[in-house]
Amino acid sequence: MAMTTGRSAARDTGVVVILGALLVLGLPLVADTNMLTLLVIYGMLALSLGLIWGFGGILCFGQAAFFGLGAYTFAIAGINIGESTLPLVLSVLVPAAVAALLGAFMFYGRLGDVYLAVITLVFSLILFRWLNTTAGPAYVIGNARLGGFNGIPGFPLLNVPGYPRWELWGDPLYYVAAVALLVVFLLVSWLLRSSFGRIAIGIRENEERVSLLGYDIRARKTVLFAIGAGIAGLAGALFAAWAEVVTPSLFSLQQSAEIIIWCIVGGLGTRFGPVLGAAVVTSVKITLGGQAMLDNMLVLGLILVLFVLFLPRGIAPELARLWAWAIGGNRKPVRRRAPRGGVADG
Amino acid sequence: MAETVLETEGLTMRFGGVTAVDGVSLKVRARELRCLIGPNGAGKSTCFKCLCGLLKPTEGHVFLRGEETTGWDPHRIAAMGVGIKMQVSSVMDGLSVQENIWMAARRHNDTGAATAKAEEVIDRLALGPIARTDLGRLAHGERQRVELGLVMAQDPWLVLLDEPAAGMTGEEVTRMAEIIHEMTRSAAVVVVEHDMQFIRSLASTVTVFHRGRVLVEDHVDRVMADPVVRDVYLGKQA
Repeated sequence: MAMTTGRSAARDTGVVVILGALLVLGLPLVADTNMLTLLVIYGMLALSLGLIWGFGGILCFGQAAFFGLGAYTFAIAGINIGESTLPLVLSVLVPAAVAALLGAFMFYGRLGDVYLAVITLVFSLILFRWLNTTAGPAYVIGNARLGGFNGIPGFPLLNVPGYPRWELWGDPLYYVAAVALLVVFLLVSWLLRSSFGRIAIGIRENEERVSLLGYDIRARKTVLFAIGAGIAGLAGALFAAWAEVVTPSLFSLQQSAEIIIWCIVGGLGTRFGPVLGAAVVTSVKITLGGQAMLDNMLVLGLILVLFVLFLPRGIAPELARLWAWAIGGNRKPVRRRAPRGGVADG
Repeated sequence: MAETVLETEGLTMRFGGVTAVDGVSLKVRARELRCLIGPNGAGKSTCFKCLCGLLKPTEGHVFLRGEETTGWDPHRIAAMGVGIKMQVSSVMDGLSVQENIWMAARRHNDTGAATAKAEEVIDRLALGPIARTDLGRLAHGERQRVELGLVMAQDPWLVLLDEPAAGMTGEEVTRMAEIIHEMTRSAAVVVVEHDMQFIRSLASTVTVFHRGRVLVEDHVDRVMADPVVRDVYLGKQA
């Protein structure tokens, strides 16, 4: 793996920072920042699943649950505290803690992959159903009413830490979200280079072998699952700040399914792929939303089927291959191994 | 007399009505080379799995370096300093040889020391030319060798190998025997095997299993000459 030495790590970080900064500053010139903010938030959500699924081999069908928990935590804590700094921290910690509990239950119970997918899916659907029933005045947390189907509107938006009056929305919110995504991306890169990350990839490749090397895979998977949930929670908080309302639909089946589609389309087992996948699929979805001829879900389903059939490794690995081919002049494109292959970085 | 590193007492494993392992008591000393042999279904592999924690024995006890490890999870047993290689080659397919061995070394070393250790093991097993190749692209014999590398990189004091020579060519088997002998300089090695050629070349103490019980335990030459063993297990050809 090319990422193991100190020098290549520094180069990797440099490339990510420079490219990231160019994208953060350049994209507002060609697209509307309101939409870009959403793409960035979804990119972070996709990255959270890309980390645990693409690198840890944990297929979580309910990543939306942690996204929604982050958003609700941000809204509820915001109403009770009146300022957004602590709520932002809580929106990372609460989903991570919930995931640690749920993960411990699943991984220490030695559940197979299929049951893991089912349990995470059902977990998010339970939250979805339950929150839909919380319309009455009896359902309050502190000063915040859960509001059932209508959700919670009117909570404090993101503000400059310590200055509740300086709220961030519009362009500033875009820059905050984009920089947050860049920082999370760098943290994920660092995590994957660390011993913990390298062993997590080993667990993805062969769980039994890694446990026979003396590693406690249950604990490691639980920790990774919680980290993924924390990132999803942060994305949820930013989403709440962007949408200015949180509703139970955050926990819906459609939301969960979309995250998985983003990862497949973008490229599993890469860091950049899921972020790219989220941006591409969401852009297509928003564009299609402007017309009434084709049903949106139908088109998303078609995209997924086409990708699984013709580009099973996703966009990012193919782009990386093209790039290698372009800078390598007349050398042949490097073919790497199919879907669950090594750390093909895009 | 060297210290006993592995001991079982009345180890018994039942699957429903079948008793696969029936009251086996073994003692393996430090730096000893021990082969467990027997016909198919004799219980040697089941016994092996009980030793490394993949199965929880129905009755009896397992002691490693005097500590009772009966019913422990495999990762706890491995973490004590026990190197394990299962019958079916099991490696991290999508990762390089270096990354595989590094991961084994990392368990008892920090990152830098693990990298150095991996380097050393790669040299010892002459894996240098393929160090950067993904395991998924390697031939069976190479994969087996890498898996031995994983075991070596853990610096174990007890090595458990289940049929390490299965499916290998003659030359590879000879090399495997050399590697195993080299391992006994620092560790006790327990080999489950039924390739008689290979067991002869290891020339060690042999425990013969038959119907879940220990039939004989002696040096390989005397075991081969034993008429009871020949009748019960080896048949007339051996």
